[in-house]
Amino acid sequence: MTSPTAQGAASAAPAWGLARSLANRTTRSLLSVALTFLGLTCVTFFIGRVIPIDPVLAIVGDKASAETYARVRAEIGLDLPIPVQYWRYLVKVVHGDFGNSVITSRPVLHDLLQVFPATLELALLALLIGVVAGVPMGVLAATHRGRWQDQVIRFLSLLGYSMPVFWLGLIGLLLFYARLGWVEGPGRLDVAFDDIVAPIIGMITIDSLLAGEYEVFWNAFWHLLLPASILGYLSLAYVARMTRSFMLAQLRQEYVLAALAKGLSPWRVVWVHALGNVWVQLVTVIALTFGSLLEGAVLTETVFAWPGLGLYMKNSLFNADLNAVLGATVLVGVVYIGLNMISDLIYPLVDPRARDQ
Amino acid sequence: MTEMTRRLLLATATAVPFAGWVRIADAAAPKDTAVFAKQIDDIITLDPGECYELSGIEMCTNIYDRLLRYEAEDLNKLVGGVAESWTVAPDGKTFTFKIRPNLKFQSGAPVTAEDVEFSLQRVVLMDKTSAFLLTQLGWSKTTVKDLVKGSGDTLTLKIAADFAPSLVLNLMTSIVASVVEKKVALANETNGDLGNGWLKTHSASSGAFKLIAWKANESVSLEAYPGFRLGAPLLKRVVVRHVPEPASQRLLLEKADADYARDLTPDQIKPLASNPDIKVESFKAANTFYMGLNLGYEPLANPKVRQAMKMLVDYDGMVKSFLAGRFFVQQSFLPLGFFGAIEYVPFKLDVAKAKGLLAEAGYKDGFAVKMAAPNVSPWTEISQSVQQTMGQAGIKVSIEPMELKAVISQYRGRGHQIAMLSWGPDYFDPHTNADTFAHNDDNSDTAKSKPLAWRNKWFIPDITKEMLAAAKELDAKKRAEQYVVLQKKVTDEGPFILMFQNTNQIARRATTTGFNPGITEDLNFYRTIRKS
Repeated sequence: MTSPTAQGAASAAPAWGLARSLANRTTRSLLSVALTFLGLTCVTFFIGRVIPIDPVLAIVGDKASAETYARVRAEIGLDLPIPVQYWRYLVKVVHGDFGNSVITSRPVLHDLLQVFPATLELALLALLIGVVAGVPMGVLAATHRGRWQDQVIRFLSLLGYSMPVFWLGLIGLLLFYARLGWVEGPGRLDVAFDDIVAPIIGMITIDSLLAGEYEVFWNAFWHLLLPASILGYLSLAYVARMTRSFMLAQLRQEYVLAALAKGLSPWRVVWVHALGNVWVQLVTVIALTFGSLLEGAVLTETVFAWPGLGLYMKNSLFNADLNAVLGATVLVGVVYIGLNMISDLIYPLVDPRARDQ
Repeated sequence: MTEMTRRLLLATATAVPFAGWVRIADAAAPKDTAVFAKQIDDIITLDPGECYELSGIEMCTNIYDRLLRYEAEDLNKLVGGVAESWTVAPDGKTFTFKIRPNLKFQSGAPVTAEDVEFSLQRVVLMDKTSAFLLTQLGWSKTTVKDLVKGSGDTLTLKIAADFAPSLVLNLMTSIVASVVEKKVALANETNGDLGNGWLKTHSASSGAFKLIAWKANESVSLEAYPGFRLGAPLLKRVVVRHVPEPASQRLLLEKADADYARDLTPDQIKPLASNPDIKVESFKAANTFYMGLNLGYEPLANPKVRQAMKMLVDYDGMVKSFLAGRFFVQQSFLPLGFFGAIEYVPFKLDVAKAKGLLAEAGYKDGFAVKMAAPNVSPWTEISQSVQQTMGQAGIKVSIEPMELKAVISQYRGRGHQIAMLSWGPDYFDPHTNADTFAHNDDNSDTAKSKPLAWRNKWFIPDITKEMLAAAKELDAKKRAEQYVVLQKKVTDEGPFILMFQNTNQIARRATTTGFNPGITEDLNFYRTIRKS
């Protein structure tokens, strides 16, 4: 029999090891984040300076006098050498100042904090749909490989992959909004519900629930459902295909045969043991899907007049609003870095082997 | 768990997100609210002393009253806005305006001459994009306080430039003559910005509507001001929603979630014609669509080549096919509807004659030329048509499609050979266009002024003098005649292939009426909209 102290030491050792492993990972991640961030700002800044669009024009317009043009050019620092401009920009960004947007005349950070929740709201529901439906569909396809269930799911996935989201959005609107009237149309709310709920976190569904405005919540939900479903279908297609592929690899493993031979129910073998081993890969897939949902919703946001990050970036690009483009690009980069870090932190939780590394 | 139960569970999990779709839609634009579906992502400010984007001007037209106006009731008649009457001194340099009594801002404070003085002065002092409209009167940051004076009910303006009174009065109908409440603007001043930062997103006005909210890339909400000079607007509220995709605009209109769709494409408009709940209307607009030919590129410097190229555009073919309903042929730099504008169409597609002119100019086999054009409709279709017809005479046009602002950047730097663009007037007077199409008396790269003639290296000191003479001509009839001569010269000799004037096609719910936009955004009034 071991003593209580020895027992405590034995239980503390793995916990300490896990903590140390996490600390190491976090330090490495932060270092990598800093370098990635530097590279990201550098590349986006210099691309912004070489595009053949005059950013001063975006501010003063085509008809401004030569004096106004020169004054604004100096005001935004374009008369300085490019390395000096970059250094100034970097110092400001580190202090959370992305400059002012030409389009909205407000600080870019303020704009990003306003549009990002709209996209996050869309992406979260889309991801939920993609994962909740995509993972079971992938498992089902794998366990029924070659049979009609597999064929149907693969066909649906292929369709999701190959159909342009712009077209899908329009068809969705035509059918579910214009013809059937099952959902609300473009925009986040009906005109009648505008400005009833003050923003708290910026996601109208959450804000309206927090404010107890249930009518607003339902209106926002019906507006959200179609674009989220369209985006969700696209992520579903990817998640289902990847899950199928990962599961097929697992189902060929000997431990599956052994488990079945030992008398475990096929349901437990598939959904607990095989799927359990797939989660590490799925975490990466889901993180990447989430990232692409956040930054890749430009077309969906255009069709659905959804004032999110994608639409903001598109408008900024078309208006040569370089501060906004840079700010949004850095935000997307930071989101990806963040998702990578979160994935790194999740790995040890879903895979014991990762804790020992 | 049986196989059947498992399948049922899976099917349920898959169906849950979609099951919520089962609902009956019930929303429509409220009865007392007009809802526009429109692309409004060009708005960058709603301060009338700064705003110079088309959608922004339209909003400010409805939020702010101006010194003078062209009103919805008669878009061609100059009338007083906050001014009740005005006189012009015999020398044409001093303008005296009497401000209407009993006018009130939306705050309840009276509208005074000091407010108008402040509003005009701040445009010059802030020196934003639109300031040139007033600085051309000879007003500068140092002189404007002496030249613009308001006291009691009298406002006096002195101009330090030679301009026709009609031009000055027309300038007082433009956005820079919007009247801002001085006290409110100064109460919200930050670092001496004369309230600019605050007024970007708020209003201090006496116009027909109050700005409730502008959410960038989302919507503008306006509320009717019952105390407006001409009576309360017919509807309590107007909401302009930013809907970037025309197809989405159409669906919103068909579902009655929007009363007006402003940016429908011809393929969206066509099917609506058979819908009894929707009406489509066309209104003349004032944009001139043209090609600028850079005389710095040798073949284009030859007048015969330019003449030939003007005969190598299928003007009629385009307006009868893919531009039908949206454009009409107008080969003058003044849009029809403007003072002095003439319906002038001397050129049509004539390949044989063009070939002869090219041969006379020494370009029998044509030449190669690059054409920068915006990469969106209708530019893409127009440039392809031009490429095809010019090719019939051996001119090999290489189209360089690019983003609109990139075309403008190249054009402003005189880096183009041919640039296809449009031009919209700044205010309701012929000088606005004449000053750019017929103005270049300094062709150097460091010229202070860079109008369209300069951008195309068309050095015209004599025509510039004629243009300036027209700007200061006191006799209206003579002035109109001067513009006729100028228009013909620019069309015949200039480096511009003037092609089309556009129209606004607007689709509306049949039950919503009263929005009849004018030739510029300064004439787009919401206060007359009604719903039955």
